[in-house]
Amino acid sequence: MADPKPALESLPLKAHAAGLNFHYGDFQALKNIDMPIYDKRVTALIGPSGCGKSTFLRCFNRMHDLYPGNRYEGEIRLHPDNVNLLDRAVDPIEVRMRLSMVFQKPNPFPKSIFENVAYGLRVRGINQRAVLEEKVEEALRSAALWNEAKDRLHEQAFNLSGGQQQRMCIARALATEPEILLFDEPTSALDPIATASIEELIAELKEKVTILIVTHNMQQAARVSDFTAYMYIGELIEYGWTDDIFIKPKHEQTEAYITGRFG
Amino acid sequence: MALQSPAEIRALIANHKRWDIVFGVIGIVCLAICLMTFVTLFVDMLIDGYARLRPEFFTEFPSRRAGQAGILSAWIGTTMVMIVTAAVAVPLGVAAGIYLEEYAPGNWMTDVIEINISNLAGVPSIVYGLLALGLFVYQFGLGQSVATAGLTLALLILPVVIVATRESIRAIPGAIREAAYALGATKWQVVQGHILPYSTGGILTGVIIGMARAIGETAPIITVGALTFIAFLPPSPVTTEPPFLSFEWLMSPFTVMPIQIFNWTSRPDPAFQANAAAAGFILVFMTLAMNGLAIWLRYRIRRNIKW
Repeated sequence: MADPKPALESLPLKAHAAGLNFHYGDFQALKNIDMPIYDKRVTALIGPSGCGKSTFLRCFNRMHDLYPGNRYEGEIRLHPDNVNLLDRAVDPIEVRMRLSMVFQKPNPFPKSIFENVAYGLRVRGINQRAVLEEKVEEALRSAALWNEAKDRLHEQAFNLSGGQQQRMCIARALATEPEILLFDEPTSALDPIATASIEELIAELKEKVTILIVTHNMQQAARVSDFTAYMYIGELIEYGWTDDIFIKPKHEQTEAYITGRFG
Repeated sequence: MALQSPAEIRALIANHKRWDIVFGVIGIVCLAICLMTFVTLFVDMLIDGYARLRPEFFTEFPSRRAGQAGILSAWIGTTMVMIVTAAVAVPLGVAAGIYLEEYAPGNWMTDVIEINISNLAGVPSIVYGLLALGLFVYQFGLGQSVATAGLTLALLILPVVIVATRESIRAIPGAIREAAYALGATKWQVVQGHILPYSTGGILTGVIIGMARAIGETAPIITVGALTFIAFLPPSPVTTEPPFLSFEWLMSPFTVMPIQIFNWTSRPDPAFQANAAAAGFILVFMTLAMNGLAIWLRYRIRRNIKW
């Protein structure tokens, strides 16, 4: 890379994890994570299975609150209003309305494509047909699915192919105009062509939204992300510009992992 | 270099496959025994009662003369009791199932409740009859009415409805639930928009299977004091004057199909046996029709649900 990267201090922040610990019952899955998330950038979380990358991602929208016995310590501050997403006083529903998530496997509701994409809006009490139609179209266009889906909006979503279903899930997540889009290994259930289209989409989406992506695929992290975080057994080992991490990692362990000698 | 020659492998497979055949034969024999028993009973009732299966059989009240006796009060009574049973058991059972699956905290209280629901399903129906006699007939003063019988049978099938509800809720993948929660839905929004619609097929099946059990229950209904000889109908639920609906029928004395059958079989005159056979055939047919409906509804609803 010839162009000089801007100084990290000059980049606007979207979120900031500080002193984050997370426990599944007695098991501590995340250990003292400190990590800034830069605004309108793609940040990739990589590391071997069980390193806590998905656990970390699921802290952002408080998915862990759905299951008993989980406990957070520390904070994730969301900017600009500086609210701590993990604060007990902050309703997880409020958090989930501000941040959207795309899951590992496409998980369409057994409803029509239209109703799938409109669901987040309906949850907010938006039911006017015209508004829904406009927002659904906008979201499907952003997810590069409009041309394929526009004539079958009222068909069942499971009639779409796997890659289309995942793009529909991205549209569903985008329809509510989230501040951060969380991707949890979004292409692990897809074939290479569908994967390429999702990656292309991520590159386009970062113009509009901050993206955090968990991936087990290092080439994917290298292709789509601006920043990469390498995690190992609940700890953040190394974090920085993606090309720095991939070209000249500071830690020997990071290097071992990205070169495939380990993991 | 191979562990076994092809010929040896083939011999081995043939030997192993013998057990497939043995098991298949045992299975067919078991199935045949069950089916034959049922078909024999069904056909036997049909033959014995065939002469009585005429339209008048459905429109006549019971009579001292076997040839004129019909099941009008019995089938209407059964229908009314079943309406009360469904109206009570479905909302209660579905709500309880949803609470246990979606809302209940995972503590020992919940465990105790869960175990007791399974136990309730195993309580003999006569015990429900005794409970109903004390509670509905005397304590609540509902008397020997359609309402009492409906509530009693509702209690009886409540565990079935709860278990069916829970099982169909558990069949919904966690990923679907998470997708809804991740969009900012509250518990109730998830229940209303996803859990209920996707589990309706399973719940309906459970309800109908429960109802099919309740429709043939005799012991608890006799215990609460259903009459065996009723030559009048409960007041009509629809009236000609406003408000056009009447609930007097709930408090009316009644009889039901199994009691009518029981009454006829206990008579010495063999002519009544034909009536009993005919009514028995109709009762079995009603049960089969309900099961058929359950299968059809499940098929219809699940056609649009896939994950």
